[in-house]
Amino acid sequence: MSTNQSRRDFFKTSATAAGGLVLGFGWFSSEAFEPGVLTKAAADTIDFNAYLAIAPSGIITIYSPNPEIGQGIKTAFPIIVAEELDADWSKVKVEQSPLDTKKFERQLTGGSGAIRHSWERLRKAGATARVMLMEAAAKKWSVPLSECSTSKGFVMHSSGKKLSYGELATDAAQITPPTTVKLKDKSNFTLIGTSVKGVDSKAILTGKNLFGIDYKREGMLNAMIQRPPAFGLKLKSFDATEAKKMPGITDVVSFGNKVAIVGKTTWEVMQARKAVKIEWEKEKDLESSADHDRIFKEMLNSTTATVHRKDGDIEAAFKNAYKVIEAEYQCPFLPHSPMEPMNFFAHFKGDSIEMAGPSQTPQNAQNQIAKMFNIAPEKVTIELTRMGGGFGRRLNTDYAVEAAELSSIIKAPVKVTWSREDDTAGGIYRPAVRYRFKASIDKAGNITGYMLHGAGMNAGNATRPDNFPVGAIENTLIQSNDHKSPITTGPWRAPITNFLAYAEQAFLDEVAMAGGKDPIQLRMELLEKAQKSPVGKLTYEPERFREVIKLAADKAGWGKKKKGVYQGFSVYFSHASYVAQIAEMANVKGKPVLKKVYAAVDCGIVINESSAQNQVYGAIVDGLGHAMYGNLTFKDGAPQQDNFNKYRLIRYNEVPDIEVHFVKNGIDPTGLGEPALPPTGGAIANAIFKTTGKRLYNQPFSEQGATLG
Amino acid sequence: MALFNLKINGKTYKADVDANTPLLWVLRDHLDLVGTKYGCGMAMCGACTVHVNGEATRSCVVPVSNVSNATITTVEGLSETGTHPVQEAWDEVDVPQCGYCQAGQMMTASALLAKNANPSDKEIEEAMVGNICRCGTYHRIHDAVKLAAAKMKK
Ligand code: FES
Ligand code: FES
Repeated sequence: MSTNQSRRDFFKTSATAAGGLVLGFGWFSSEAFEPGVLTKAAADTIDFNAYLAIAPSGIITIYSPNPEIGQGIKTAFPIIVAEELDADWSKVKVEQSPLDTKKFERQLTGGSGAIRHSWERLRKAGATARVMLMEAAAKKWSVPLSECSTSKGFVMHSSGKKLSYGELATDAAQITPPTTVKLKDKSNFTLIGTSVKGVDSKAILTGKNLFGIDYKREGMLNAMIQRPPAFGLKLKSFDATEAKKMPGITDVVSFGNKVAIVGKTTWEVMQARKAVKIEWEKEKDLESSADHDRIFKEMLNSTTATVHRKDGDIEAAFKNAYKVIEAEYQCPFLPHSPMEPMNFFAHFKGDSIEMAGPSQTPQNAQNQIAKMFNIAPEKVTIELTRMGGGFGRRLNTDYAVEAAELSSIIKAPVKVTWSREDDTAGGIYRPAVRYRFKASIDKAGNITGYMLHGAGMNAGNATRPDNFPVGAIENTLIQSNDHKSPITTGPWRAPITNFLAYAEQAFLDEVAMAGGKDPIQLRMELLEKAQKSPVGKLTYEPERFREVIKLAADKAGWGKKKKGVYQGFSVYFSHASYVAQIAEMANVKGKPVLKKVYAAVDCGIVINESSAQNQVYGAIVDGLGHAMYGNLTFKDGAPQQDNFNKYRLIRYNEVPDIEVHFVKNGIDPTGLGEPALPPTGGAIANAIFKTTGKRLYNQPFSEQGATLG
Repeated sequence: MALFNLKINGKTYKADVDANTPLLWVLRDHLDLVGTKYGCGMAMCGACTVHVNGEATRSCVVPVSNVSNATITTVEGLSETGTHPVQEAWDEVDVPQCGYCQAGQMMTASALLAKNANPSDKEIEEAMVGNICRCGTYHRIHDAVKLAAAKMKK
């Protein structure tokens, strides 16, 4: 495949003082320029935001702009470049770039979009550098370019001569970057699709200071912040007389509705914190979980829902139905519980501020902090650290902004660390949601009408209006209501779909049963219908859906009687990827016990097999753990669980066997950090039903008799 | 405040701290040994696991005064260069996702293997159940413990 470099892919080279080649390219450049011929003046104003440097020593350095959170991006990006470059992977180094919004447009982690966004540009960058190295060699040897080839960090001539990339780098810097490059035929990939170990592994395994919480600076103070203990309370007054006298304490200050305790060391701050006397007062409603149950009912019975999608005539479908099936599904609030609690370093210097820490959206943090101090965004520098998990929590910038504010008040460099209790009880949670489904079927068991009504607690639109089976049914109605709660909510790994998928997939099983159809058969029929005669807008590809279903069914032996094994099926499309899962359970003295989960995944081309497997296993374990145990309840606005003694996370002995298969279709890569999570809850709920005859309508499942391990 | 001479990773470290300070925070804030992680502060997650006289110990709940004469090993002391069989196995199996829990996981595993060169699946489970991995790398942890055991036999 040969592609023209559009202006946004313009490449620029330079040689460094030490020699070698530095290739700058527009990794995430926006299309700020009008298309047309690029003048020299325009070229000079383009920001070359990503760099690929080849040193005379042969070491290739790729600067990776996306924050690493455990999704493997810091390894995946350079694999793509190295593939097209034909580099020797053992000579490739990766460095994390600091936040630079001028240079990087999409410097965030979230939405499983990083690879999708940069796939083509990274390939072109590698291919461009490769051609330049070949041209440099051809010139040196005075041979035609067509007689040159590359392999593992060398340019080779048909005569047997060869030169290493390091030897050619300085000369290559003199070559004008080509305007068109030929990308590799995907069938010739030698690095993409193999298993490559994480580039930070060694540092992680020897305990290096990679994470924000490890960050340290000369003269840095440590702080903890007491935030309101319940959603709806605000600060009335505080008395820090005792606390200020305690060893190591340098300051106790309040800002917003918070009291910050500042001192030399974390432990001293933790002790002094207990000695601060704080009075809180009511500002908003103090909601309890029982209130939420009531509010859900009111919302689902209200006649003022926001309609998101309507096909055909749902009322007529229900009226003419052979059978109508109705069900409601509910999930609780969930904290993200990353292993590394929130933290951020800030050093306010009057007209600028230096920040360092773990953030999924450093650019938002930069803008908010700049606004708070009324300074230009460039005056806010953010060093990005590795993140000890995030799961969406670090898409919020609250913990970075408050560190900045505190530093400006105490006029000192300070790191704010959240305790586990702070992290759990001061969260930006997955919203609690309740869904009402209603479907009509005809005599043959075909779905004629489908309604989904979502009710959320600060969920915005709790539905996804175009989700399968919408598009395959003549009459549909998708609508929602939302309750404005003082409890803060935000994205949680696979936002909304992390629970909606379970509800939809469990309900589809109910409908299949009512119509006397096998669950997979029902879905296959619907997908066939969506392909042949779609109703309204179709956002998924029925063919890819069917492929993952077939693969999962085949691997798990769906429908083939296995003695004592009960299977549940679920399939989901999110972040442009398709994942089907089959859970297998045993009935142990009347209790459903999960034994195995099969997953079939279509995320297009797999970049790094090892990391992709790890992601899918992790997402299944995550989906399973939270479906089984995750439950954050409230009493008078206060979270009732704040540490792992009360808030249960899945453990080593509770994970089932997992078997993951990827569809090999050569399609450009799509999301993988999230898509394997949504189907898990549904597969398990459907398997529990098969095992016990009991349908679980609420999460967490453990509170309804399901066990693991 | 009291002065402690702590024997960590074969070296002696001086720390002038309150006697009640948990070993975790002495390591992290005073001695710059930040490989040992804070996760819960109440012995529920295992992120802070170190060896105290060879025993896997949750350093977040051990006052420094309790270990003033003990031999302490942290992840930095497994081997600085990553050549301890457990580190090698973790690398070969490519265990980490975010990586935050892995120092604690390896310290628990290495204490187990030091005592029991050939642990059964049940014994591995009993040892590892106290270490949470939020990223869900449990399957790889299992494989890595097995691989480390095999390496140590050689
Ligand atoms: S931090 Fe010590 S066990 Fe969690
Ligand atoms: S690797 Fe992220 S918590 Fe274990």
